[in-house]
Amino acid sequence: MSPGEGTPSQIRRRIVLSGVGGQGVLFLSRLLAEAAVSRGLPVIASETHGMAQRGGVVVSHLKVGSFDSPLVRAGGADLLLVLKEENVPLHLPFLREGGILVVNAPGGYRGSPGARAGSVDADAAALSAGYPQGANLVLLGFALARFGRETAGGLFCTVDELRDAVSKRYGAGSARRAAALAALDLGIARGT
Amino acid sequence: MGDRILMSGNEAVARALVEAGCAVAASYPGTPASEILSSVDRWRKASGAAMHVEWAVNEKVALEIAYTAAVSGLRAAAAMKQVGLNVASDPFLSAAYLGVTAGFLVVSADDPGPHSSQTEQDSRMLAMAAKIPVLDPASPAQAMEWTRRGFDLSEAFGVPVLLRPTTRVCHAIQDIEAGPIRVPAREARFVKDPARWAATPVFRRMLHDRLAEKIAAIAAWPATAPIRANPGFPSRTAVVASGVAFAHVREIFRELDAAGGIALYQVVQPYPLHAGFIDHLVETYDSILVLEESAPVIEMQIADRRRVRGRMTGAVPATGELSPEILFRVVSRFAGLEEVGEAWHPQPERRRPTLCPGCAHRSAFYAIRKAAPGGIYPSDIGCYTLGINLGAVDTVLCMGASISQAAGFHYAHRLSGKPADIVATIGDSTFFHAGIPPLIDAVVQGARFVLVILDNGTTAMTGNQPTPGTGIGAGGEKTEAVDMEGIVRACGVRFCRTANPDRLPEFVALLKEALAYSREDGVAVVIARAPCATAVRSAAAGRSSAAVAVSAECNGCRHCVDRFECPALVYDEQAKRVRIDGMICTGCGVCIHVCPVGALRQAPGEEGAS
Repeated sequence: MSPGEGTPSQIRRRIVLSGVGGQGVLFLSRLLAEAAVSRGLPVIASETHGMAQRGGVVVSHLKVGSFDSPLVRAGGADLLLVLKEENVPLHLPFLREGGILVVNAPGGYRGSPGARAGSVDADAAALSAGYPQGANLVLLGFALARFGRETAGGLFCTVDELRDAVSKRYGAGSARRAAALAALDLGIARGT
Repeated sequence: MGDRILMSGNEAVARALVEAGCAVAASYPGTPASEILSSVDRWRKASGAAMHVEWAVNEKVALEIAYTAAVSGLRAAAAMKQVGLNVASDPFLSAAYLGVTAGFLVVSADDPGPHSSQTEQDSRMLAMAAKIPVLDPASPAQAMEWTRRGFDLSEAFGVPVLLRPTTRVCHAIQDIEAGPIRVPAREARFVKDPARWAATPVFRRMLHDRLAEKIAAIAAWPATAPIRANPGFPSRTAVVASGVAFAHVREIFRELDAAGGIALYQVVQPYPLHAGFIDHLVETYDSILVLEESAPVIEMQIADRRRVRGRMTGAVPATGELSPEILFRVVSRFAGLEEVGEAWHPQPERRRPTLCPGCAHRSAFYAIRKAAPGGIYPSDIGCYTLGINLGAVDTVLCMGASISQAAGFHYAHRLSGKPADIVATIGDSTFFHAGIPPLIDAVVQGARFVLVILDNGTTAMTGNQPTPGTGIGAGGEKTEAVDMEGIVRACGVRFCRTANPDRLPEFVALLKEALAYSREDGVAVVIARAPCATAVRSAAAGRSSAAVAVSAECNGCRHCVDRFECPALVYDEQAKRVRIDGMICTGCGVCIHVCPVGALRQAPGEEGAS
């Protein structure tokens, strides 16, 4: 942890989110960006649009704190969230030495040298909850619970702030809001 | 006011347009510029501003519509991607001579990489060719600020202004403070002046002189002058950057101690580059590194070639996006650091994009290969370019070229005495955009081919914008709908039939009929009409077919996986047979007709499902 990290002006996080078209990578990066804005933190992020969204590889970069560039340079990510296990070799070079890797892996992820890693079968969990589109939120909840925001390089927001961000996305009392919050909570339970 | 809102670069441009009182905005969708117009409409509705907002039939029309408003005293903007500016280049170059009476902004979004384009061309080069000033923002926040400044520049000199964001600006998101929305107070008033608005060549020469004077004055306009990003110390070396390359480099400067003694400049307006800045650079610095995407526009304007390093000298890769990894290496070298190793590149993506599960284009492509094996398959720009995976797309050149290329292939092969079966594919939006003139040409010239218009009732690739055939406007309002069959017939085509490609056996039979006609009589058009699977899915209305099951007869031949390539058909390497991914299967049932041994069947109990 860098000195004085508790103050908003000093929080700096570089996060890379990786998946394939249709998994909700963009949704996650928008959600995290909204959580940052709610905290009053500056945020800049980069999204993938167009052809890649037709089932191709989708990667989002998210930088919270004082940054100019929307991209994370190789070796610079504090946190790498991977929604499709086969993307790990593709995007692992983004992770910095000692960074955190969180993978959606049905069989459990064996880990990588030099990285703190955690994995959860987010697809199965989301499917069991009757909300297959919620695998992205399961993974996010898991990452937050397992590595927290107090750990150097973990997330920058609290569980409640993420819940707020999810709630703001959907209408009050809507079924999708309930399902999305349930997926997040499921991930938090798996990571605790 | 005072609230920070999360906005993409495209949303920021849109917000600034509405805030600045832009009265007319027109666009044709294209990645990475597509979200500009839809966001303009969103802010228009939120503010109640009186505006004309339209998805034009193509970029040339969009630019002409917006330009004419700016000739009538109203602020206006046209938005497009870089290859769209090619389509609009004719009015773009001419508008520079004639000028405007109110602020006119052309937003052309470039795609270095390219990520989602045919070329990684630099719109700033076209601005230079047109003698139109161009602003090159580094972030969504700057895109917003410079949209406003672009209007000021346009009105100060009476010229069109180009705003050139790139993919990394358009699709970056950032927290930005939004300003108040100004409801346009001006009234449209076109003042006749035929010597200007309808200028003959003699007057054009005078207008060209005047434009040259304006460009010289713009090269001294303080509001768009380059900015020293790290003031306070003298130096003999400088880095000059623009666009998102500046944002990357600024971060690298913070990290790299060796860059501590180097002056860093951001160029706001790459063309015309400020004359005083050029003098300052060559008088002050022994060595100047220029970092820009994607062409050496700034670099070539710095007169003293001995001092300049960049794309032209090999100090920076001559082509491609300038990633932070590449820039770190380039800047480290320039700062005199030892070799820092090869720049890392993401591995080639092993997973190729594919048509969505339940997409009717897949059915059409499968049918085309069935009906015309060994044929030539020219295609076009859109989702259906992915028909390449199904072996049913042989050429993709530019918007509308499928039809001209089909004709071109016919003439070329006819000359050799070996006419080929030719089946061209084009989407509905692309057909309206640029397909009609080549169809007229093909009919008149006696070309012989089958044209399949893939009519899914939307511009799917770019986010489901309406087409002229849908009868829906940019704000969701009802408009006139254009009759596609009527247009085809009016082009002189005598064989024009419409069918749903998901009825696979019937569609194959129709294509064979069309092919037989085309061999003897001329152009045959088949309109393959079925709604976009993504639009259907989001409307939560299933197609009129049943869910599919794999019977024990599956022998693992892979025909469905390789030739039909639906993501919902998964080959199980261990069981050596196919299974259905129920998470993504839309239940369209088309694959039932694809399996050579009849192992794909309607699931029991699904009979009559709708």
